[in-house]
Amino acid sequence: MKFTVSVLAAGLAVAALGGPAAAQEVDNLTAAYEEGGRYYTEDDVPTYNVGEDGTVDWLTYSGFRRYHSECHVCHGPEGEGSSYAPALKESAVDMDYYDFLDVVTNGRQKVNAAENSVMPAFGDNPNVMCYIDDIYVYLKARGADVVPRGRPGGREDKSDDIRAAEEACLGM
Amino acid sequence: MKTFMTLTSVLAMTAAGAAMASESVQAEIDKPEQWVLQTGDYKNQRFSKLDQINKDNVDDLQVAWTFSTGVLRGHEGSPLVVGDTMYVHTPFPNIVYALDLANDGRIKWKYEPKQNADVIGVMCCDTVNRGVAYGDGKIFLHQADTRVVALDAETGEELWGVMNGDPAKGETNTATVMPVGDKIIVGISGGEFGVQGHVTAYDMETGEMAWRAYSTGPDDQILFDPETTTELGKVVGADSSLNSWEGDQWKIGGGTTWGWYSYDAEENLIYYGSGNPSTWNPAQRPGDNKWSMTIFARDADTGMAKWVYQMTPHDEWDYDGINEMILTEQEVDGEMRKLLTHFDRNGLAYTMDRVTGELLLAEKYDPAVNWTSGVDMDPNSETYGRPAVVAEYSTEQNGEDVNSTGICPAALGSKDQQPAAYHPDTQMFYVPTNHVCMDYEPFRVSYTAGQPYVGATLAMYPAPDSHGGMGNFIAWDNLKGEIKWSIPEQFSVWSGALATAGDVVFYGTLEGYLKAVDAETGDELYRFKTPSGIIGNVMTYEQDGKQYVAVLSGVGGWAGIGLAAGLTNPNDGLGAVGGYSSLSDYTALGGQLTVFALPD
Repeated sequence: MKFTVSVLAAGLAVAALGGPAAAQEVDNLTAAYEEGGRYYTEDDVPTYNVGEDGTVDWLTYSGFRRYHSECHVCHGPEGEGSSYAPALKESAVDMDYYDFLDVVTNGRQKVNAAENSVMPAFGDNPNVMCYIDDIYVYLKARGADVVPRGRPGGREDKSDDIRAAEEACLGM
Repeated sequence: MKTFMTLTSVLAMTAAGAAMASESVQAEIDKPEQWVLQTGDYKNQRFSKLDQINKDNVDDLQVAWTFSTGVLRGHEGSPLVVGDTMYVHTPFPNIVYALDLANDGRIKWKYEPKQNADVIGVMCCDTVNRGVAYGDGKIFLHQADTRVVALDAETGEELWGVMNGDPAKGETNTATVMPVGDKIIVGISGGEFGVQGHVTAYDMETGEMAWRAYSTGPDDQILFDPETTTELGKVVGADSSLNSWEGDQWKIGGGTTWGWYSYDAEENLIYYGSGNPSTWNPAQRPGDNKWSMTIFARDADTGMAKWVYQMTPHDEWDYDGINEMILTEQEVDGEMRKLLTHFDRNGLAYTMDRVTGELLLAEKYDPAVNWTSGVDMDPNSETYGRPAVVAEYSTEQNGEDVNSTGICPAALGSKDQQPAAYHPDTQMFYVPTNHVCMDYEPFRVSYTAGQPYVGATLAMYPAPDSHGGMGNFIAWDNLKGEIKWSIPEQFSVWSGALATAGDVVFYGTLEGYLKAVDAETGDELYRFKTPSGIIGNVMTYEQDGKQYVAVLSGVGGWAGIGLAAGLTNPNDGLGAVGGYSSLSDYTALGGQLTVFALPD
């Protein structure tokens, strides 16, 4: 529930700044500010933060773990894509954040003569939805090629805010 | 009284019909020019008595004809040949083609089920299907959405259909079925969705359920007799499964049954294995998690378990026990024994007495296997039959949120479902294997019906300090527990093998090669690159006095997902990342049947 509210709030913020058309022209990768251990672009879209020594923010690290639990059995290791499903490291960069959330939440089907591609709806799966920003940020870091394949090395600690949000989302 | 008489005579007739159905399947199996079950025969030997193509002439092999399936996804299993008809199946949408071999492969009929595409999204690791089975004039198809259908083999007309599971709960199917007696034996997938796995027998004529045996739960659900069902010679007692789980976790405990089935008509026993316990995070399911990871011997008529053996108690690595059980008759210490040989995902090959369930041998069939130091073979020991777990590679002992590194084999196992073959003359098993290791980090997850229930992060890479490839094709001696020869392969060997009386062994590779090797020496005799990677199983048949070898190409499955982009070894440091071969550099999607023969 908390998750839905924060998405709506962020969505309103983007609308106030001029809507999706303007959003496409702006930098969707670079972190503009930090809040409680999370990093955001100028448009308040979650993003990664990679230090000069390769240290990643907590969400990128967490996203690596969650991606390889929930997503990689279809989409292949490290967002690279597979014989079965597309490379999400590219989707995370190419797609609008809110479209990305929409597809994960509600699923998407491309079933026709040439394709048999079905993305299931993960909307009621806490193992995915409570970590959706983590997964998104990790994939964006992979797509921007600022994080190599494999397990990230150094990482920032998990902030109290992130821990509290996780527990609330999981109902712990 | 009259009613009673009528009932008895109906029962008598049904029994007679059952006997005929059973014998008819065996009679069709006994004709070497046919291939009527995916496994070749009830013993799962994948051996053909045909010898026109042999080790001296196989290098002359040519492509005789080809057939496009019209589907792009991973193509597992193989075609069947019954009489003059070949039956070719596809991954989702699970089309079945009947091809008229007497008429240049003309399509006699085509069956395409209507399935809700939602099922694609709940199939772990591609929409593969391991093929149809033939029995009593019918073709049996178990669709992705778990609908089991019987088709008239001549016309393709649907005779009956029954739902075996509920895809909305993550229950799906990838496996073939096994016709036995007057029933067909049917399994289920969904171990990554917290399904309670089961095996079900349906009446071959009507589709009516005869019995269902779960892998986990109370005795009346798992069809155990607390007084007669044994493990390694000891009676298991009451509530053997319930006692090995905490609370109600067994209800979402996995133990799915998506592998192969074999059958011994004399004992009237079916043999199969169960898959991983759910979740992949061992800390969330204390106990041995019985009867996941178990070899079962069940009565074909009643489903009652005669004996069981749990290979990997309290799994910590996703080593599903579903691989095929190969039945052989061999001499052990001067005595002919009825054996069962099983190459488990956990990297151990087991040789057992299939009548009693006695464990005769358990040895590593890939030297890279390191999670265990071996199985306790002392019948007087308290841990008899249990594998000794090496602490360093125990994801349970290392704990949640800890990354255990360098575990061999990886979750896909030293071998997955891709079936091995057995040659009765060489008494060797020909085994397609994976040579891949992993890092495994378990963490807490919550269960939602119909949603993935995994709970671990994995990284996989080729076995370190070896030949750098991700697979081997080996010859195995099941009495000595030794590898006789081993052919290194660049990628995992994900294709089922075929052994023939021509002393040739065939298998496919992920790059797309069909390879033929000498059954005695392993020397390569022939290779041909088919249009796409091979994860199908090689089969052979004879038509008009000419022997053919056939295989489905069509890369995909878990191999296509895991290997498409290549593997990386995080332990090699950043410099080596991306240094391993990507399967996508060698092959692309595409379903095609390629049929080989010698030139006229």
